[in-house]
Amino acid sequence: MSALSKREVIARRVAREMKDGYTVNLGIGIPTHSANYIASGIDVLLQSENGLLGIGPFPLEGEEDPDLVNAGKETITTIAGASFFSSADSFAMIRGGHIDLSILGAMEVDEHGDLANWMIPGKVVKGMGGAMDLVAGAKRVIVAMEHATKEGRPKILKKCTLPLTGVGVVDTIITELCLIDVTDRGLVIRELREGVTLEDLQKVTEPTLVVDGPIHQMEL
Amino acid sequence: MNKLVHDAKEAIADVQDGATIMMGGFGLCGIPENLIAALCRKGTKNLTVISNNAGIDDFGAGLLMHSKQIRKMISTYVGENHLFERLVLSGELELELNPQGTFSERIRAGGAGIPAFYTPTGYGTLVAEGKETREFGGRMYVLERALTADFAFIKAWKGDTLGNLVYRKTARNFNPMMATAARMTIAEVEEIVQPGELEPDMVHTPAIYVRRILQGQHYEKRIEKRTVRKANQ
Repeated sequence: MSALSKREVIARRVAREMKDGYTVNLGIGIPTHSANYIASGIDVLLQSENGLLGIGPFPLEGEEDPDLVNAGKETITTIAGASFFSSADSFAMIRGGHIDLSILGAMEVDEHGDLANWMIPGKVVKGMGGAMDLVAGAKRVIVAMEHATKEGRPKILKKCTLPLTGVGVVDTIITELCLIDVTDRGLVIRELREGVTLEDLQKVTEPTLVVDGPIHQMEL
Repeated sequence: MNKLVHDAKEAIADVQDGATIMMGGFGLCGIPENLIAALCRKGTKNLTVISNNAGIDDFGAGLLMHSKQIRKMISTYVGENHLFERLVLSGELELELNPQGTFSERIRAGGAGIPAFYTPTGYGTLVAEGKETREFGGRMYVLERALTADFAFIKAWKGDTLGNLVYRKTARNFNPMMATAARMTIAEVEEIVQPGELEPDMVHTPAIYVRRILQGQHYEKRIEKRTVRKANQ
């Protein structure tokens, strides 16, 4: 395997899911990082749920504006053609099915497309923010996460054990090892990272993966 | 119809112990700094605060945690305030977490005379526990109730003495809905102007919602996460 970090691999592959003309909401962390890898010629409008359509790059030093932040509270800029709106308008946009793609991280995903990414019982609860609305409302939901926990335990499960963010909401899972589609027939393996076998992948994935059609090598 | 008050102290003089207060802002962006500081000095206790976040340890709503003035928070994400976490774990502070879209719509509904609404958000999760659910067109929805408050503390960029408000960039966030959903809406602005100076087409919050307005002082407008790029990137 190449020397790219897991995070870089996931961000690069995720970026390839953004199609020309899409409006996309990117979660904090790897999803936001993936914006750096959107291919030239692909025009994507990035939505920030705190009230902005048309996120630009980070500002130059000295040009930060405290009135202009993204959903991660980071200073940002706007692109030409951007618009600002209230949080109620923002979530009408999200819940109303106007966002083409929501990409966010996860603690657990299961073979029914259930997602858990906001709370671990017994640990300090930080809150769900906009995640529950995003997964309920976006046309397509991609989970971008490391395939297993730091201890090597699967995060892709038969049934989520943590409190859920949404039921049956995930369409696609992208990790540093593979791309999986959540279907009525189960988790269908579409792509494998170079050098990774289906057997390797199954060892770190709890439900049995379904082969249905060709398995491609993951392009980054 | 001049709603201009002298300062934040005068603006909040009738806030009593046990009041429910909405506070605009996303993180530290677009928060009513002057009104929060005045409330801190006034020492009003047992408050229920409806605010997307809980500020940070030493700024925003976090100031009211230090002084133990808040009994209950209704929020969507409180991860940036460590003192807050300790108070919740020790049971000194009650916390109700809402999905952010549900939170904003509950406030919008509260101001618009809608007592409750169905949303797909949170169906099948902890958020839906104990709530009515109903199917529409083959999909399940959760009944959520409107939120209103005794006071709303609003931060705008410009406002006229009648109470018309204009927000700036992402500092708008929850401020426009909150302005509609309280019995007493108080707005602090960076610049007070005379009626007629704001283009009617550009007004975000019409004057009807605002009962008191004040010129804010000494804005810090702290940045929570300063992120920059190099000139060649």
